[in-house]
Amino acid sequence: MSQHDTPAASAADRRGFMTKLLAIMCGGLATLPPLVAGLWMFLDPLRRRGAAATFLPVTDLASVPDDGIPRQFAVVSDRIDAWTGFAAEPIGAVYLRREKGSDTVQALSATCPHAGCFVEIESQERCFRCPCHNSKFMLDGGMVAPSPSPRAMDGLECQVAKNGEIAVKWQNFYTGIADKVARP
Amino acid sequence: MKPQHQHDQKQMPPRPVGRSGMLGQLADFLDDRTGYRAVMHEALYERVPGGARWRYVWGSALVFAFMTQVITGLVLWASYSASAQTAWESVYYIQHEMTGGWLLRGIHHVMAQALVVLLALHLMQVVIDGAYRAPREVNFWLGLVLMMLVLGMALTGYLLPWDQKGYWATRVATNLAGLVPLVGPSLQQVVVGGPDYGHHTLTRFFAIHAGFLPVTLVLMLVVHLSLFRKHGLCAKQPIVRPDAMFWPDQVLKDAVAMLAVMAVVLGVILMPALRAMLEGRPIVPGELGAELGAPADPSLPYAAARPEWYFLFLFQFLKVFEGFGASGEFFGAIVVPGLVMGVMFLMPILGRWQLGHRFNVAFTFALLAGIGLLTAMATNEDYAALWADRGAFADVEKLLEETENDKAKIAAHFGNDAAKIAAFEARVKKLDRIRHSQSFLDAVALAKADAARSIELAGRPERIPPAGMMELVRNDALSQGPKLFAQHCASCHAHVDPGAPEAQAVLAKASAANLHGFGTAAWMRGLLDPKQVAGPAYFGNTAHKEDDMVNFVQNDLTDAATWKPDDIEAVIVAMAAEAGLAAAGTPPAVIEKGRGLVADGERCGSCHRFTPNETAHGSAPDLTGWGSREWLVGLIVDPTHERFYGDSNDRMPSFGKAEEAAAPILTRRQIEMIADWLRGDWYRPTGHAH
Repeated sequence: MSQHDTPAASAADRRGFMTKLLAIMCGGLATLPPLVAGLWMFLDPLRRRGAAATFLPVTDLASVPDDGIPRQFAVVSDRIDAWTGFAAEPIGAVYLRREKGSDTVQALSATCPHAGCFVEIESQERCFRCPCHNSKFMLDGGMVAPSPSPRAMDGLECQVAKNGEIAVKWQNFYTGIADKVARP
Repeated sequence: MKPQHQHDQKQMPPRPVGRSGMLGQLADFLDDRTGYRAVMHEALYERVPGGARWRYVWGSALVFAFMTQVITGLVLWASYSASAQTAWESVYYIQHEMTGGWLLRGIHHVMAQALVVLLALHLMQVVIDGAYRAPREVNFWLGLVLMMLVLGMALTGYLLPWDQKGYWATRVATNLAGLVPLVGPSLQQVVVGGPDYGHHTLTRFFAIHAGFLPVTLVLMLVVHLSLFRKHGLCAKQPIVRPDAMFWPDQVLKDAVAMLAVMAVVLGVILMPALRAMLEGRPIVPGELGAELGAPADPSLPYAAARPEWYFLFLFQFLKVFEGFGASGEFFGAIVVPGLVMGVMFLMPILGRWQLGHRFNVAFTFALLAGIGLLTAMATNEDYAALWADRGAFADVEKLLEETENDKAKIAAHFGNDAAKIAAFEARVKKLDRIRHSQSFLDAVALAKADAARSIELAGRPERIPPAGMMELVRNDALSQGPKLFAQHCASCHAHVDPGAPEAQAVLAKASAANLHGFGTAAWMRGLLDPKQVAGPAYFGNTAHKEDDMVNFVQNDLTDAATWKPDDIEAVIVAMAAEAGLAAAGTPPAVIEKGRGLVADGERCGSCHRFTPNETAHGSAPDLTGWGSREWLVGLIVDPTHERFYGDSNDRMPSFGKAEEAAAPILTRRQIEMIADWLRGDWYRPTGHAH
């Protein structure tokens, strides 16, 4: 535009500039509502929080033999998935384990701390193994180095009632990091 | 200066090249490798003969409207779930629970209508300007195909929320598709995804709506636009002003048009909010934008079924062919629209002659006028009752009722005067139109109430059961109670507030007790009122009219020596307490006193059994738990049981008792819903007073 020097030409330039600016503003303003509404709704999941961590009854003491071998149990709870309410649905799995003669129960989340796969128990090798990347853990959940997993299996708080009912505080943790951090 | 590559044949303003600074260098870098400046230049510096004009904005406005649909549609897609058990539910969730869902869905819904309007305007402008003439014939045909694609998207989108409105409209549309010769039934079955409507109807309609049609449309649009560029703009003749470039003059006009379209769309969405604000009502975002009806229910009549307004003309047009059966419908739904499209496809050829062009313009105007007229007719038929004065026909209604619409009696009434009879019949026709409209309006009001209730139920803290919303609605006492009552009870029983203006007329027609407020103190107070007990609201129209109870209320209760007013009131309150419907704060001592009086073998207890007196069933209904859910369900199941009326039962059927291998009239659950509804026992959202 610098080649226009006469006053008339620069006035035309200014008019052209104003037209361009107005055109861009009007066009932008017109496109804004669907974009804003779209982004607003698309980011709705950020507003949602999972159910608060609570103790859920899992089984009773008699079902966990005191042989040091972990046993797998389903965790059952009411669950809300967006608009659907599920009553008493399996929502995950835990391993429960009891040492010889002990009444305290150790609870381990079945979710691998590495990438979130379902850790399986290798009864032959007497250890846990994750089928995805071969992370191995000891029967008490401890690390077996070298391992793709950055930390030991996640322990869960566990309560044994007087009548032998076992309740586990059901929680999910962030995977792939060395620290055990609960998801909100 | 960098060397220019291509596209300099047209005389255009010099392109900006070779900038300095960081941004400028980055732009040069990109241009060297992509040639984007040439593309941008090509796109923006299209010559507009005669300068920018408002009449050229329609095409751009259409592209803008379509792009809005793509953006909003993609985000809706990210939250929509196409199955018979989740479609309504996911749309409910979008509309009422997701942030901004109401706005996004509102824009998608209203912009779809704007798209249809803009299509009509674009088509009109093209025809009037003769822009279909050589060499632009192919592009005109492409435009017609694009129009059908848009209408197809409108039609398929209507079903996706799987509410009553969309469901019934789609049944009609797909049944019409079944009228196509030879392939019709197969075509219908393929579109519907099977012999019946369900999961695959939704998955298919969704795939057609969000996949097949838009992809085809985008491909066609690319060709449409490139052909438009190839031929250039069809300028309005004569050209008086100098040519201008598309950018920025025409772009500004286009952008203003887009902004206007968006403003109208937002205005339509936000208008009810503004009204609410001015009237001081709270604004509920979920109620703004697009409507969501009650979930689709093939077992429920839906008299409010209408297509979207821009298809109303077709709906009305089909009425012309009523009475001609399937061949009439085939003619109206397929042959005539096919012929109209055929004529439109021929327009570019007809338009080669001046007379042909005039015919095309006249045809387009006639078509739009016809569509406008049919739409107005449809609207008038549906809404006439809103503005018609029904009171002016009171004499007609009265005469029809008196003569029971018997032609001979009517003729006799008018002394067989043919002119008077004809005038009367003309007025009957007018009245019929108002009545039809009124029943449509009633159906709309009912549909709105059903929709509001469904939305209320979907918001329960327990959420929607996995089987879907229908399970909740079908088990909701408030929704189902009145329908079941109307179907099975209302032929004898009235259900009308005694204080309502129409109460006397309703009660006069009933032949059994008025069950409005059954179980409450107010109901019992009426029963124990000597003036009312033998009236139409209680035993007046039944076989018990002269029975012991009526006698007792009229003679014994009026004896102030044995029954003091306080005693009667105590009995009333005690009975309401049995039903669990006593007013809050009723003193327990009064209830206890009442219970004692009821149990007294010298008083109520002489005929009625009541818990404390351990006698066998009395000669009158057991009052233990009178009016409670359990008691009421038991009565409806079998009033002839000796706990209730036994042998003296008047005419009431045993609704829950299997008779001679036949299934009971009503299921246990249906009876429970009637009882719950009568007792006013249904889900209410917290914070809402009934």
